[in-house]
Amino acid sequence: MIVVNTELVPGYVVREVKGLVQGNTIRAKHVGRDIAAGFKNLVGGELKGYTQLLTEARRQAIERMIAQAEQLGANAVVNVRFTTSAVAAGAAELYAYGTAVVVDQGG
Amino acid sequence: MEVLLVPLLPILGLLLLGYGIGHWRESAHIRRIELREQELRDIRVSNLKHVTEPGAVAHAEMVMGEAVIAGDYFKSLAASLRNVVGGEVRAFDSLLMRARREATVRMLEQARALGATEVWNVRLATSNIRSAGSRNPGVSVEIFAFGTAIIRR
Repeated sequence: MIVVNTELVPGYVVREVKGLVQGNTIRAKHVGRDIAAGFKNLVGGELKGYTQLLTEARRQAIERMIAQAEQLGANAVVNVRFTTSAVAAGAAELYAYGTAVVVDQGG
Repeated sequence: MEVLLVPLLPILGLLLLGYGIGHWRESAHIRRIELREQELRDIRVSNLKHVTEPGAVAHAEMVMGEAVIAGDYFKSLAASLRNVVGGEVRAFDSLLMRARREATVRMLEQARALGATEVWNVRLATSNIRSAGSRNPGVSVEIFAFGTAIIRR
């Protein structure tokens, strides 16, 4: 599966557009990380726990999007976009969407 | 006089801690980012959508980098004071740019690991991850950088 955020896959020709595919996940952070963040907010610096949490969540949203594209019989997802929104106190939604297409290198 | 100062001591202590350690950590972080940026300088980065000479592309893959950076106590207090009179919150300028550079460098490091020489259509997203219910008064910001890495034939 080729995943890019450009409108086309460079070097490939789009043969068929399968439609919009999307994946989301909503994650809450646990109290331990919140306490650690409270300390970090005194001295500044990277919140590694949060970075890791968001990285994993985003990868999962992408995986769900790819699973949808596979079901449609696509071999690439183009023009991928992301949004993040706080849905409740301490929880965030990570959402990835793009267009599933069939591409090949034929001239 | 001494009686008046005693309740202020913890706040003064936190301010000094935030200013001293926060400033020191920030400069150390910026120095590390600069070194990594130097190493990645040969990767061409742009936010253009259309890749030039698409015929010579061997492989295209999305690369990403994220960073969550917290401000220190001094910055938070400076910002809340700034809220009274309005104007530019300089304390947060450096915080946001630092997070942005860190996320971009991580994205480029991913591109380097793939052996890519170019990254196209770079987008940067900012989100405030401070939770609504939390009593934590600090400010932290998340920057997410992503783009399409290209390997030429």
